[in-house]
Amino acid sequence: MELALANLETFATTLLELARQDSDLLVVTSDSRGSAKLAPFAKAAPGQIVEVGIAEQNLVGVAAGLAAAGKNVFAVSPACFLTARSLEQIKNDLCYSDRPVTAVGISAGVSYGALGTTHHSLHDYAVLRAIHNIVIVAPADNFETRAAVQAAARSTKPVYLRFGKKRMPHLPRVESSFELGRASLIREGTDLSFLACGETVAPAYEAAELLAKEGIQCRVLSLHTLKPLDQAAIRNAATETGGVITVEEHSVNGGLGEACAAFLLQEAFIPGSK
Amino acid sequence: MLTERELRLKSAQYRKTLLRLIKACGSGHIGGDLSCLDIINVLYNRILRVTPESFKSPDRDYYIQSKGHCAEALFVVLAERGFFPEKDLETLNRYGSHYIGHPTRDVYGVEQNTGALGHGLAVAVGIALAGKIDRKDYRVFTLLGDGELAEGSNWEAAMMAAHYRLDNLVAIVDRNGLQITGSTEDVCQLAPLDEKFEAFGFAVQRCNGNDIGELVRTFDAIPFRPGKPTLVLAKTRKGKGVSFMENVAKWHHGVPNDDEFSRAIGELEAAEAALA
Repeated sequence: MELALANLETFATTLLELARQDSDLLVVTSDSRGSAKLAPFAKAAPGQIVEVGIAEQNLVGVAAGLAAAGKNVFAVSPACFLTARSLEQIKNDLCYSDRPVTAVGISAGVSYGALGTTHHSLHDYAVLRAIHNIVIVAPADNFETRAAVQAAARSTKPVYLRFGKKRMPHLPRVESSFELGRASLIREGTDLSFLACGETVAPAYEAAELLAKEGIQCRVLSLHTLKPLDQAAIRNAATETGGVITVEEHSVNGGLGEACAAFLLQEAFIPGSK
Repeated sequence: MLTERELRLKSAQYRKTLLRLIKACGSGHIGGDLSCLDIINVLYNRILRVTPESFKSPDRDYYIQSKGHCAEALFVVLAERGFFPEKDLETLNRYGSHYIGHPTRDVYGVEQNTGALGHGLAVAVGIALAGKIDRKDYRVFTLLGDGELAEGSNWEAAMMAAHYRLDNLVAIVDRNGLQITGSTEDVCQLAPLDEKFEAFGFAVQRCNGNDIGELVRTFDAIPFRPGKPTLVLAKTRKGKGVSFMENVAKWHHGVPNDDEFSRAIGELEAAEAALA
């Protein structure tokens, strides 16, 4: 498929558009503006970016304070550090204290590749899913990214936005609307369902197209919001197509697959039954 | 504005209310409550520009209690200042009550949920920075325990406060010298705290944090240096006001038995009578 921008680039341009409309919007970075594609933002809106240095705990604590004083805050840092080192600040200062900050985890999953385990975040869905009062979003493509950033800016709850680094194709969509907490239908199908999130929706779609050549019609859903989970879409995918395959860039422990499996077990779904 | 004598009287009354509260509900961080009570008293009755009516105003002064475990001292002062009826505190630590062992925003007058140590200063830095960005003249006060200064997050926030020249930020260290295991200096040496904060870019003054007059004079002199965040190193005694609790680590957390309770109330009533 033809590649468009990396979701992170769409994030940065969308954020600048929002910042021009809302002088209370602030971006807080931890020496991460370059890797977050925010250098143009810093140049265009220097009064709306706050640098804290390499100090992720402080990044989130300060973001909470800025939000307490009425600012609309996006706190941006590599997902590996943001969701591990500052997990307690996310839990207490944002979620427990109900500060509607958007924590943006960049270069997530294995985006950093050969830099190794220190820089991978294969735990972030798991740890954040266990925390009350946070919305977890991994947009699939540029369209979902733009809509998710806009929705996060309007959110009255803390949000976690997760981005990788790869350029993404524009995915086809059965419906053009986007709503947090509601899965996007990318491809209709009756024989099997792919439930994917973030950068893994595109390869899931490509797999569905290959299977179509074999006569197997797969439904593809972008479950961009891992929390709250779109239970109706998962239930329908399972019962209408008879089986689901989950695809994610995360540990098998505590991620999208486990979330879907737990839900379908509670629903007493039997694979192969339609 | 209350006189220093009236503030001293308030402290004696707050201490009695606090003791009764902890005795009635059966738990509380009594030692730290008693060490920081005079500081909270002077802040809410003399320094902070915040009342129950102005609590939601964007121009109010902010108070973040980083040492959240001393929630009882804050609740006693907030109740007396009219943020909520004192009778509500009868539910302290009961199932379903908003009045639990740490401050939460479910309690009117509380700015931020605290309890995990090393969080308050960063949040206060964020609020102070927003004040500078918006050119507001509010001030942000945060009360830190000395033991919690072992948390590295404090020093990240301290560095940032100086970098952004937040002279609208006031950090107060309740320097009672004790933590749950014993002396702060035996557990992991904190001294010299004044030099450490100065090195991090704060303007620092020491004072006796259990002396109303010294607290008033110190807070009245803020900011000590324009362009610098303020650090008040308030030397206090854990358990202050009850002779057998003073400077005794085991009263970090605890409830007096009936005999201890009577003796404590007796001492506090004598102190109150001496002021009246």
